[in-house]
Parts: sequence; structure tokens; C-alpha cells
Amino acid sequence: MAYKVVRKEVLNPTIFLMEVEAPLIAKKAEPGQFIILRIDEYGERVPFTINDYDREKGTVTIIVQIVGKTTQDLSKVEAGEYLLDFAGPLGTPTPLEGKKKVAVIGGGLGTAIAYPQAKKLHKLGANVTVITGFRNKELIILEDELKEVADKLIIATDDGSNGNKGFVTDMLQKEIDAGEKFDEVIAIGPLVMMKFVCKVTEPYGIPTMVSMNPVMIDGTGMCGGCRVIVGGETKFACVDGPDFDGHKVDWDSAMKRGRMFADYEKRSCAEGHCRIGRTNKED
Amino acid sequence: MPNMRPDKNPMPEQCPNERNKNFLEVTTGYTEEMAIDEAKRCLNCKNRPCMQGCPVSVKIPEFIERIAEGDFEGAYRKIKETNALPAVCGRVCPQEKQCEAKCVRGIKQESVGIGRLERFAADWHMQHVEDKIEVPEPNGKKVAVVGSGPSGLTAAGDLAKRGYKVTVFEAFHTAGGVLMYGIPEFRLPKDIVQKEIDNLRAMGVDIQTNVIIGKTIMIDELFDEMGYDAVYIGSGAGLPSFMGIEGESLNGVYSANEFLTRINLMKGYKFPEYDTPVYVGKNVAVLGGGNVAMDAARSAKRLGAENVYIVYRRGKEELPARAEEVHHAEEEGIVFKLLQNPTRFIGNEDGWVTNIEVIHMELGEPDDSGRRRPVPVEGSEEILDIDTVIVAIGQTPNPLIRKTTKGLETNRKGCIIADEATGKTSRDHVNAGGDVVTGAATVILAMGAGKAAAEAIDKDIQG
Repeated sequence: MAYKVVRKEVLNPTIFLMEVEAPLIAKKAEPGQFIILRIDEYGERVPFTINDYDREKGTVTIIVQIVGKTTQDLSKVEAGEYLLDFAGPLGTPTPLEGKKKVAVIGGGLGTAIAYPQAKKLHKLGANVTVITGFRNKELIILEDELKEVADKLIIATDDGSNGNKGFVTDMLQKEIDAGEKFDEVIAIGPLVMMKFVCKVTEPYGIPTMVSMNPVMIDGTGMCGGCRVIVGGETKFACVDGPDFDGHKVDWDSAMKRGRMFADYEKRSCAEGHCRIGRTNKED
Repeated sequence: MPNMRPDKNPMPEQCPNERNKNFLEVTTGYTEEMAIDEAKRCLNCKNRPCMQGCPVSVKIPEFIERIAEGDFEGAYRKIKETNALPAVCGRVCPQEKQCEAKCVRGIKQESVGIGRLERFAADWHMQHVEDKIEVPEPNGKKVAVVGSGPSGLTAAGDLAKRGYKVTVFEAFHTAGGVLMYGIPEFRLPKDIVQKEIDNLRAMGVDIQTNVIIGKTIMIDELFDEMGYDAVYIGSGAGLPSFMGIEGESLNGVYSANEFLTRINLMKGYKFPEYDTPVYVGKNVAVLGGGNVAMDAARSAKRLGAENVYIVYRRGKEELPARAEEVHHAEEEGIVFKLLQNPTRFIGNEDGWVTNIEVIHMELGEPDDSGRRRPVPVEGSEEILDIDTVIVAIGQTPNPLIRKTTKGLETNRKGCIIADEATGKTSRDHVNAGGDVVTGAATVILAMGAGKAAAEAIDKDIQG
């Protein structure tokens, strides 16, 4: 079995979008869930959060940032080619019902993952403020899509090149200071960003949901590699999450666990199985 | 006149110091001469006590008689009458607790090497005979099998033989379950498992990988939308148990499932040719005393660990692993720290495990399992230098199916409640068996359950 890539788009120099034919997954997918893919026989199983799904077309879209060996290899798979394995939807969907006013915060690639939450909240009739942050304006992604689903869209850049300098945490603080009352904040992005968003919301007691994306193999609760400590208890991000109450997450431990295979990743990039000259045209 | 040699013909194997550096199979199998000689040790007892010890009732004296006569293919066929996976069982069954425990020769001397002979017959067949797969006449009924481990494969094979159109759903990208992700290559070569799976496919069984029942498709949808007449759940015990002690989330602490899956399924031992890494440090502690613990310890040694310890809270007599695995592990230089129980993991500031603290134990009165209960010796704590920990203290069934299937009763351990003889559950037309019912047990018990359920499903449907 193989899964056809029907569309591929480069969103910025390191981030690309892939729409993959996977009708069974498209039928069930909900915001907050993820898939696990494997490019070919030599590949790792790597989780990617679902960015969008089309139940009628039977496709699932993921947005990928090139950070290591697998994502580098994935960036070379073109539309019309195939991925060997694509499984899901995994994880528990984000509970989005019954919210009135929500701030959805995405940092960098996290913007892609925050998009389906914003879209669904909008559809459910919530007032949605989307705050996203990028290093500079060249890296901004999904601006048009987000405009469609956000009642208010704030895009910040670290260098101010889009005319709005600052971090997402600064933007959130401004909103709160201006008197905006959020029932909930949903933060998706790098661990350090999510940690600081939680620091902003904690004094105001605003419930803050974060999306964890640790190393995992199966995504069904079988390896236990994705352990995160939440409220002093060990949880598996794949089945208990990936969304957790950000005020209860042990960020220090999560960040350290994130580095467990860092040296191997470098070696894999340097010495790993060479895919030059191989294609994924047929399975 | 039987061969009255008192001990089993020894199993040829790679020498310990060589094999603990490679992933090739440890034991290389009997030659034809050895097999015939060993087969002649069988007394061909009239009441066949050995068969009573076999969960799938292999006709043991009959197959052994054929080996003694040099009819190796005949022996294989005799085993195949009741056992779908002889090459697997010959390698991984705990024979010393089953067939060989009942062998009359074993009362005063060593039992007949039944497992070794089973493996010989299966290997001989694989090397010399091309399988002719017959596609059975379809009976027009559809059965879904959840999980492609030993239980699911057995049920699928038995149902397909009866003419059912069988679809097996597997969550991973490769079929085989624990035979593929759990048991290492050096104990069960993956080619053997793959061959059995290919044979099932040739028989018309459709195996769909990357489908997680309870996520991708629900049990109810199998009936309501996809038109299956019955479902067999053989999804195993995939959820790893942890100790629940301080420091368990430190880097360098794995579940045995993660460690073994990285190695076996993802071929981590061939990193960086394969992309999946597996970290092994210098001093490895494996917690637990079962087959999974032995597999993890011996894999760690093969990946270059200098010191590998099995830390087990009871004594050597109580080790639940197969005797042969314990023996092989010892030969390969695994050190057994018995009557010791971890109390906490200690890490450095980067979040890596550097030490474990253990407390020494002594054995008290027998507990529910009949084994003597280990009791901590006060003040006996000891700190060990350890940079890799593999937790192999057991697994429980994955909750995905029970959480998404209404009316499917489970017990407090999360195991599906099913009739032992038929696998019938609280849901009509849903049978279950193997580890998902019993909790983590053996390959052969899971196969026995798959076999029994296939028969029950057939009766149920045919009325």
C-alpha cells in the first residue's frame, strides 16, 4: 500500500505543504490529531500534526518544516509520487465545543497546526483571535487562510520586518491589557514559546491548551517514548494528548527529552541512507 | 529399541563471544543426523503426555516418529495439521513448561528435544519444499481480524481455510505483531515470519497495514458499514507498564517496547543505513525477568554495551523467562542482579540518567501467583552507575478498542473478558483472544486462542 502525494507547495524556504490521499484518515480526522508517516523502507516513523483534511476528496494535508533527516527527505518527494506509510488519525481531538472567545497562538510552523483549530472554532461560532509569530516577513505562512477564519489576526515578526515587531507573547499580553477576555488560549509552536505563553496566561487564570510533539514511534500508546509529565503524572502524548493543560506541563523535562536523539539526528543527516537517485514514483 | 542417550542432542549454536556482537540467529539448528538421533529418543508413549502440555495439541509422537524414519516433510505436515506456525513455535515456545515438561524421558533424564525437532522439521520444509498454497472455495462470509500477531495470524489462517474472506487490520506498517517488533532477529529471524505472512496472503487473506482499529476504523463500522459477519480481536498487550518511580522520564530510560521496536521493526541496529536511531550507553540496566527482558538485555549487549544487568526483584528460580533464554543470556555475559528492585532513577542536569538506586529484597510467603513474594530489606539501598535503563516489567492491552467499542466488557486490568474455550465476548459476533484477553503471555497461548476462536466463529456463523 502506498499513499499518493496529490499536491505539494513551498510555503517559505524551509516550510512546505503536502496533501496526501488517505481517505480513511480524512474521514475521521479532527483538529489536534496527527498522522505518522514513513517515506520508504529505510525511513523513520515520524508524527506530523494534521493541518487540514477534505473528507470528500479523501485527502489529508500536513505542513512540514525541514529540520532533520526525514523532513529533508520528505521535501524531495514531489506531487504524483508516493509515501510508503501514512497512518492515523492519532491522538485525541482538541475539545473546541462551547467556547465563546479564544486566542489561538501559533509560532512558526505551529501556525500550520493552529490553523485547523482556528477554522473549527470559527465554524462553531466562536470569536477567534489568531496570533502568529515568525522570525521575519519572508517566513510568514497561511496569512490568507487565517484571515478567513480569524475575527482578528495579529502577525508578529521578531525583526519587525512586517511592521509589527515582537513575540507572540508580547502580542497576547497587549490583547489582555487592552481588556480582551479570552475563555481559553490555544498555543502551538516550539516548546519554549508554549512555555512562555503559559507564563503570560497563568496570572489571569486563562485556561491554556498546548500541543506537545515529542519523539514517538507507533503513536498508539505502544512505545511510551512520548512521555510527558503533566501535573506530576506521566502521560503519553500520543494517546492522552497531544493537547495538555499548559499550566501543568513540566516544560523543563519536556525540553530535555526533546534532545535525546539530537546527536543521532546529526549523524543521520551526515551519514544516513542516501536517497539521491531514488524516487517514490511507485511503491 | 529407542536411543537411550540420557541427554538431548545439544543444539548447535554460535559461540557466545561471537554472537553477542551480531544479530544472526543464535542457534543454527539440528542437522538431519542429529534430528534422527534425537527423534529416536522418543519412547512413543501410548498415552502421549507431551501432547497434553501443548496448547495447540501438536501430534508430537507422530511427527517425531516420521523424523526418526527420515520422512521430514511428513513430520512437517503432521505438525501443520494443528500448528500454523511451527518454525516460530519451535523457536519461541517455553517447551520446558509445556510439552517437554510432560515427557516421560524427562522424569529421570533430559526430555526429548521436542522444540528442537519441531524447528528442524519446519526449517527442513522451508529449505527443501516449495509451498503449494491452495486457495479455498469461498463461502461468501467476511471476517475481520484485528491485529496481525500470532493470535490474529492463526485465526486468519484457520478461517481462510474454511472459506471465509478474511481481512487482517494491523496498526503498524508491517504485519506480524510481536513476532516482528518484539522478538529479536537473533532469536526469531524475520524471514521466517514474513514467509508465513506471505503464505497467508497467497491463501487470499487481505492484510491491511497502517489501520488502527479504534482510530482509523471502529469495531462498529466493521459490521455496520463494511459488512463483516464477525470480528476477531487479537490486538495483543501493547501498552508498556512503567515502574512509576522518580526519574522515569529521564533521557536514556526506555520501555522495552520502544527499545525493541527501534531495533527489530525499525532496524535501528543498522543505523545510519536505516534512519531510526537507538541509543545504548556503556552500562545498561534491564528491569524485569521475562523473555522481553532477556531480549532487551541481549540486544543491548549486541549494540555495544559494556555491562548489561538484569535487575529482577525475585530469585533465579522465579525468573519467568524461558530457561534457554536465561542460559543464553548468561553465556553472552549478561549479569543477573537478582533480588534487587529499583527505587529511583538519578539524572544529571541535562536530563540523562546516570544512576539507579536499587533496594535488596528477600523472599517471603507465596503471593497470588504462587511465587514467593519479594520483601525489601530495610537499609539495603545501593546506587549503580547506569546510563541506559530498559523497563521490561510487563505490558497491558492497548485501550483504543475498549474505549471506542460500546458494550465490550473488560476487566480492571483492561483485558477484554472472553470465554476461554471460544473467545466469545460480551458483544455478539465479536471474539477475542491472546494477550488482549490474558494480559502478556506466550506466542503459543495466543495461537491456541486464535485457533479456538476461528472454530467458534465458524460454528456461530454456520449455525
